[in-house]
Amino acid sequence: MASIIGGLATSHVPAIGGAIHKGRQAEPYWKPFFDAYPPVQRWLGEQRPDVVVVFYNDHGLNFFLDKMPTFAVGAAPRYCNADEGWGIPTTAPLAGCEDLSWHLVESLVADEFDIVTCQEMLVDHACTLPFRLFWPQDEAPPVQIVPIAINTVLFPLPTARRVYKLGLSVGRAITRWADPRRVLVMGTGGLSHQLEGERAGFINKRFDLAFLDSMERNPEWATQFSDRELVAQAGTQGVELLNWLAMRGALSAAGSSVTTVHRNYHIPISNTAAGLLALQVA
Amino acid sequence: MTATDGARPAIPGTLVFDGELARRGYALNKMCYSFNERANRDAFVADPESYMRRYGLSEPQAEAIRSRQVLALLAAGGNAYYLAKFAGIFGLDMQDIGAQQTGLSKDEFKARLVAANQQ
Repeated sequence: MASIIGGLATSHVPAIGGAIHKGRQAEPYWKPFFDAYPPVQRWLGEQRPDVVVVFYNDHGLNFFLDKMPTFAVGAAPRYCNADEGWGIPTTAPLAGCEDLSWHLVESLVADEFDIVTCQEMLVDHACTLPFRLFWPQDEAPPVQIVPIAINTVLFPLPTARRVYKLGLSVGRAITRWADPRRVLVMGTGGLSHQLEGERAGFINKRFDLAFLDSMERNPEWATQFSDRELVAQAGTQGVELLNWLAMRGALSAAGSSVTTVHRNYHIPISNTAAGLLALQVA
Repeated sequence: MTATDGARPAIPGTLVFDGELARRGYALNKMCYSFNERANRDAFVADPESYMRRYGLSEPQAEAIRSRQVLALLAAGGNAYYLAKFAGIFGLDMQDIGAQQTGLSKDEFKARLVAANQQ
């Protein structure tokens, strides 16, 4: 059977891609952000995952409002990045794990999640940038992926409780996958930020730190909030923390507790409170 | 900015992109989505009025595009994720956009972000 070795969560601010491209990691603005990643890179080197399930949100590259899935599961042999309109260099395609994709599709539908299945799927910075951060030496990381997109664009969003249950269902399915591969689960985005409106620039440090604490010890804490309550607390784009919550749900299905490998919180990167969390299943 | 959430409590300075805004903004958002492709960005820059007509923008939407004022674009139903592609045509970053919406200079806006550390 497959095993879940742990979970990762990181912010995915587009400007990170520009900083990597221009080699700015050591500049004073960027150093406190990039310095958080080597401990996690070393942990990944020891753990050697084979497959990464990525919970992320599409920002208008693959999905538009003509068809907006609440949950979309990738089932493609490879996932290409493409021009998002504002000049981030396009990254190398990511290899897909079709075996796990179809196992998850079967399991999720049996578990009454009415997902959208995608045999072709462009992935944007929310899916690609984390791999540049966690495997910076590799143009293409040494893993296969299954991307799962969660709608954070069009309200109503899936409830936080539903997203956590999605993670639980994905986690249970992985532990029942008749395959010896080592699986890592990832959630990307957040933490608090708001790009638009008179409240642009909103950051809520107290809420973010409470959310980070909950990821370690009380994973269902954030499921108490409605989508609009999450906007009020974390900002219009801070709702991306739903991706973290799905990741954490998967870990809850894999073991009774987690240990923290590494945690970082830094304000600001662009307009965002940047978070990083690496959890190992105990 | 006014809340359009009916009985739901408003969030100050914030529009939640729900069905009402999605209906109002569809043509504007569809045009901005097209800016993922360089050829479309070039076509817009070459002839904005013709490009807007092709997507059927309403007059308030067209006026908001001409003005490049983000608050007006939001009021016209624009969604931040698609509007970001429009902003990218002009090389604006998120601090430019934040400063414009909050009436601050870019340096003041960046200082406000840093000050969030003191919360």
